Amino acid sequence: MNTANDDTINRRDFFTLSTYTAAISALFVSILGLLKFPMPGLFPEVSSAFKIGKPEDFPVGSTKVYQDKNVLVSRDAEGLYAVSLVCTHLGCIVSTTEKGFKCPCHGSVFDGVGSVIAGPAPKGLNWLDISRLPTGKLIVDTSKTVDTGTKMTV
Amino acid sequence: MAFSNFFENLKRFPLIFRESLIRHDKPVTDRARSQSVFSNIFLHIHSTRVHRYALKPTFTFGLGVMAAASFFILLVTGVWLMIYYKPSVVEAYGSIKDIQNIVPGGQFMRDVHRWATNIMIVSVMLHMSRVFYTAAYKRTRSFNWVLGVCLFVLTLLLSFTGYLLPWDQLAYWAIIIGSNIAASPVELTDALGITHIFDVGGLTKTLILGSENIGQEALIRFYWIHCIVLPLLLILVLSPHLWRVRKDGGLARPDNLTEKDLEGTPVDANAETVFKNAPEKTYNLMCLVKGKTPAVGRGPEQTVSSWPNLLVAEVAVFMLTLAIVCVYAFALDAPLKEIANPSVPENPAKAPWYFLGIQELVSYSAFMGGVGIPTLALIGLIFIPYLDREEQVLGRWFDNATGKKVAWHSVFFSIITCVGMLAFLVKFGWLRNWFPQIPQIVITVINPGTVLLGAVVLWSFFIMAKHDSTRMGAISIYTCFLVMFLILTYFSVYHRGPNWDFYWLKSQWPMH
Repeated sequence: MNTANDDTINRRDFFTLSTYTAAISALFVSILGLLKFPMPGLFPEVSSAFKIGKPEDFPVGSTKVYQDKNVLVSRDAEGLYAVSLVCTHLGCIVSTTEKGFKCPCHGSVFDGVGSVIAGPAPKGLNWLDISRLPTGKLIVDTSKTVDTGTKMTV
Repeated sequence: MAFSNFFENLKRFPLIFRESLIRHDKPVTDRARSQSVFSNIFLHIHSTRVHRYALKPTFTFGLGVMAAASFFILLVTGVWLMIYYKPSVVEAYGSIKDIQNIVPGGQFMRDVHRWATNIMIVSVMLHMSRVFYTAAYKRTRSFNWVLGVCLFVLTLLLSFTGYLLPWDQLAYWAIIIGSNIAASPVELTDALGITHIFDVGGLTKTLILGSENIGQEALIRFYWIHCIVLPLLLILVLSPHLWRVRKDGGLARPDNLTEKDLEGTPVDANAETVFKNAPEKTYNLMCLVKGKTPAVGRGPEQTVSSWPNLLVAEVAVFMLTLAIVCVYAFALDAPLKEIANPSVPENPAKAPWYFLGIQELVSYSAFMGGVGIPTLALIGLIFIPYLDREEQVLGRWFDNATGKKVAWHSVFFSIITCVGMLAFLVKFGWLRNWFPQIPQIVITVINPGTVLLGAVVLWSFFIMAKHDSTRMGAISIYTCFLVMFLILTYFSVYHRGPNWDFYWLKSQWPMH
C-alpha cells in the first residue's frame, strides 16, 4: 500500500505544507492591508501655482520675497527667476543674507543663486518654473522645478 | 433565622469583606509576608524573597524603578491632560494655553508631564548603563537586554511624538525635520538613481504625515501614536522585561559574595541559619507548599522577605522621583513657544536637549545622522549580548581593575577624538566648504559623524585584540558612544547658535 518513493509527497505532509502556506500568506496579506489603511488615498487638491503680477512689476535688479509661499522672485539683466526658500536638507525655511541664503536649523549655506557652499544640504535650492498667462500675468509653480540658471526673458 | 443571619452578616460586613479581599493574615509573619506578595497579581512580579545584593543601593541606584516610576507619573498626568487637549491644528495651541492659564492646576500638571519625560529618559539611559557595566546582560539574560533596547527606543519615540502636540514653533519644525529625516533615504536612492521606481523615503514620509503636507492629518496621527500606540507597546514590552528578571532569579549578582559586598543591606536572622522544616522554617514560595522544601538542610541563603524590604525600597524610589518632578515643575514651567508659523522657523531651531546630539549629527548629513548612525548604534546595542558571551562575574561595576582601566582609557580616547573633530569642523569646515561641487553621496559616506563612528569601531577592535576579550571590546565601544553622546549634546546645547553657527557663549549671539 505504502509505495511512495522519495519524489512524491505523502498526504499528511501535503496538508501540513498547504496549511502553513495558507496561514503565512493570510498573515502577510492582512499586514499589508493594515499598512494600506493609513496610506492616504486622496490628497487635498491645493494649487501649487500662484500669481506674481506682470513683468513690469519687476524692474531689473529687484527682488521680492513671497513669505507665505516661501518663494523668492528676482530679476536681473538676463531675466526673471524664482527660487524656493525651502532648504533641500530637511525642509526649514532659509533666510536671506547679503551673500545668499542660510538655513537656521542645521547651518546649510547657499550662494546668491542657491548653490550649496557649506553645510549638509544635498543639493542647491530649487529653482521654480515661471510661466505667463494669456492675460500677461506671471505665475510661479512651486511643484515644478527647473534647472538652476533658467531665467525667463521678459 | 434568616433575619438574624441577615443582620449578623450585615454587622460583620466590614470584616467579611476584608477577608474576601485579602485572603491571608496581616504581614507580620514570614508566611503572611510571602502570601502578601505571591497572592497579589500586581505584587507577584516580585518573588516572595529577594536577595540582599539586589537591595544594595550602590549596585542598582534604583534606576530601573525610577524609570518605571516616571512612566507611571507620565501615564497619570497624560491621561488627565487628554481631558482638555484638542488634537486640531486650529485649536491645539489654544487648548495648551487654556491648560496653562485657565484649568485649575493645569500648568502644574503639564509641567509635571514635561519634566517627568526628562527623568524617564535620563533614568532609562542610566539604567541601561548600569546593566551594561555590571554585565547583567549575560547568561540567560540576553533577550531581556534586547527588550530593554526596545523600551529605550519607545521612550524616545514617546518623547518625540509628545512635543509635537502643542503645535507651537518647536512642534511644527520638529515635524518638518522629523518627516524629512524619514524621507532622507532619498539621498541614497537618488545616488543609485532608483528614486522614481522605489521611493522608500517618500513613502514613509507620506505614511507618517497622512498627506503631502503637514497639517491636520499629521497632528491626529501623532496624537494617536503618542496616546494609544506607544504607551500600549511600552506596557506590552515592559511586562516581559520585568517578568524575565524574576524568572532569571532576580537581579544579576556575583556567584561568590563576600560580607563586604552585602554591607548596608537588610538582614534576615532566620535566613542566616540553615533552613529548617516547619515550624522554624522561613517562607519562600516553595515553603508555602505543604511538606518539606528542597532547601531544607542546605547552607544559608542571603535572602530577605520582599515584603517589606523590596517594597519599601521601591516606594522610596517612587517618592523620590515624584518629589524631584514636583520640585522641578514648581521651579520651572514647561516651555511653550509661539504658535506654529510655516514661513519662519526659529533661529536656531533646537530640539529638546536629548535629541540635540542627533541634531548635530544631522547637520553633517540628513541620512547618516538621522537614520544611518542611530540605526547602526541600535543594531550594535542589540548585538552586544550575542557577540560578547564570555563567562565572567556578573553584578560588579566594570567587572574588575582591567574593566575600569579600559573604561577610563575609552573616556579619554572619545574626549580627544570627539572634541578634536568638533574643533577641526568649526575651524576648517568639511568637504562641502572645500569642494562645493562634490557629489552628495561622498558626504553621506564621509562626514564627521561617520569618521567618529569609524574611529570608535577601530578603537574597540584594538582594545578587544589587546586584552583578548570581547567584554573589554564591548566596554570600550559602549563607553565611547556614551561619552560622545554627552559631548555632542553639550556642544549643540551650549555652542550652537543662530544658523547653527559656533559660539562660545550665548551672549555672543547676534541680535535679530
